[in-house]
Amino acid sequence: MAQRVSVDISRRGGNDNGAQSCPGCKELLSAAELSSNSMVCPHCGHHFRLNARQRIELLADAGSWTEIAANLRSADPLEFFDLRPYSDRLEEAEYDTGLSEAMLAGRAKMNKMDVVLAVMDFAFIGGSMGSVVGERFWRAAEEAIEQRFPLVVVCSSGGARMQEGILSLLQMAKTTCAVELMGEVPIPFISVLTHPTTGGVMASFATLADVIIAEPGSFLSFSGPRIIEQTIKEKLPEDFGMAETNVKNGQVDMIVSRLELKERLVQILGMLEGGVACALEPLWKEETRFAGRRGALTQAFNRIKTFANASRRPPQG
Amino acid sequence: MELGHSRNLDKAVWERVELARHPKRPYTLDYIQHMFAGFIELKGDRCFSDDPAIVGGLAAYQGRTLMVIGHQKGRDLATRTERNFGMPRPEGYRKAQRLMGLADKFGIPVLTLVDTPGAHPGISAEERGQGGAIANTLLRMARLDVPTVAVIIGEGGSGGALALALADRVLMLENSIYSVISPESCAAILWKDSGEAHLAAQTLRMTSQDLEQLEVIDEVLPEPRGGAHRDHAAAARVLKEALEDKLRELETIGPRLRKKERFDKFRRMGVWKENGLTLF
Repeated sequence: MAQRVSVDISRRGGNDNGAQSCPGCKELLSAAELSSNSMVCPHCGHHFRLNARQRIELLADAGSWTEIAANLRSADPLEFFDLRPYSDRLEEAEYDTGLSEAMLAGRAKMNKMDVVLAVMDFAFIGGSMGSVVGERFWRAAEEAIEQRFPLVVVCSSGGARMQEGILSLLQMAKTTCAVELMGEVPIPFISVLTHPTTGGVMASFATLADVIIAEPGSFLSFSGPRIIEQTIKEKLPEDFGMAETNVKNGQVDMIVSRLELKERLVQILGMLEGGVACALEPLWKEETRFAGRRGALTQAFNRIKTFANASRRPPQG
Repeated sequence: MELGHSRNLDKAVWERVELARHPKRPYTLDYIQHMFAGFIELKGDRCFSDDPAIVGGLAAYQGRTLMVIGHQKGRDLATRTERNFGMPRPEGYRKAQRLMGLADKFGIPVLTLVDTPGAHPGISAEERGQGGAIANTLLRMARLDVPTVAVIIGEGGSGGALALALADRVLMLENSIYSVISPESCAAILWKDSGEAHLAAQTLRMTSQDLEQLEVIDEVLPEPRGGAHRDHAAAARVLKEALEDKLRELETIGPRLRKKERFDKFRRMGVWKENGLTLF
């Protein structure tokens, strides 16, 4: 059941107490300077990690976010206990991040376009995918199908959550089924891979999107670097798994700077949906049969217009 | 939990892990040889190469055809290396996708046999899209109109195993294991000590009985006394009977309903709380 949740605008993270030095160019950056630039270094373009709320704030029009499946919480089906109980780790993650899980899903508007948006937060147990992440992805896909809205998923994950054992692994199969259901409609689906995206997420919905976008400098790989180094018994090259390497290898469509991400997403979604609307154009006159679709079509045409206007500006990136 | 009891359980679980990895355990090609009157292996992903860590082809099965696809390990040093210890590269998964497509085109049911420590971790595998290859194999399996049966016959290691196991029916041989991560890696990460692998194996709940309880698999298939490695032919007979049974069940349903049931089944995977209630 959907419910309205206000987005907490207050910033979290290590930059609260003033300046920090950029890992990219060593330049000293003030918290205000960073947060006013979407946590991107104004000097070298280094992308600092965003938490889920900052990500929503970046992509969703102000006040447009309505969370769905907000009442889902992780259970501890295996009563998992390593050096600490899983239930403790969950409590701590909730407390530290202020989030209910490693993925939030909701309806939102992006430049007035209706979308379903799901964002992951690496700070919640390494963005790992357990039962709740799988179920939230499913509900997001379901919402997208019901509303005929496109789906945008921002990934950041260390992979499947070990503490839910085999049930976590099966979330890969579950989310894949959800992607297939969207494909049958078809619902446009874009994944944005951010630093880092690895493991079970990389081997399921993240790489099954219609268009795959990566943030600059993000590490994207199925296997972790440590396990590969152990297997091949040598050091990995410096550019291994980097977004730029993935583009070169043909694994993602493009790299988009965070500062242009929202606009680019809207453009691509508009074009994908534009195709659907154009194919339906001759049916416009059959008012009675397609009366119900008219609203959706008008919206789609408006989007194309918006995009046409936008693309008259000089190309970016 | 009482400690003595836990230690015994611990040992029993580890024996299962060792049985699942037993060097004499029957592999995919052994089952194929015992189960089918004839088999024509089909090779290659048509893009890059043939991956010997996954084998597949057409099997003659009771006067009709079956597509059999499975991980393949080697028996001695040379074949183990050749088969890369049953760890597929992207080409293996793309071959599997191709063969699944072929089966779908001609209405041939698909049997997959799962036995891998995991997908190959390596630079070249990443360059050629290991993650996407696994994801797209899952998608291909989800999309199939033909009946699908998957059997975990040895090691069900993580995503590399799951890629072949998104099936209408998922069965497990009694002494096989199926897990999100190997007990050794799990111990190294969570216990910061790979020596705790026994404990990790127990905590992860990776035996066939555990998985049946968690409703992740449909049925546990009994093995010959002492384990499948004692009698390959007998193990193959059990598998063949189960296959017959499951295919008969699946073929009474039309493709649309079968697919819907497949999606419903995987949709239910996981345990979570909603509004405070625990849901399975």
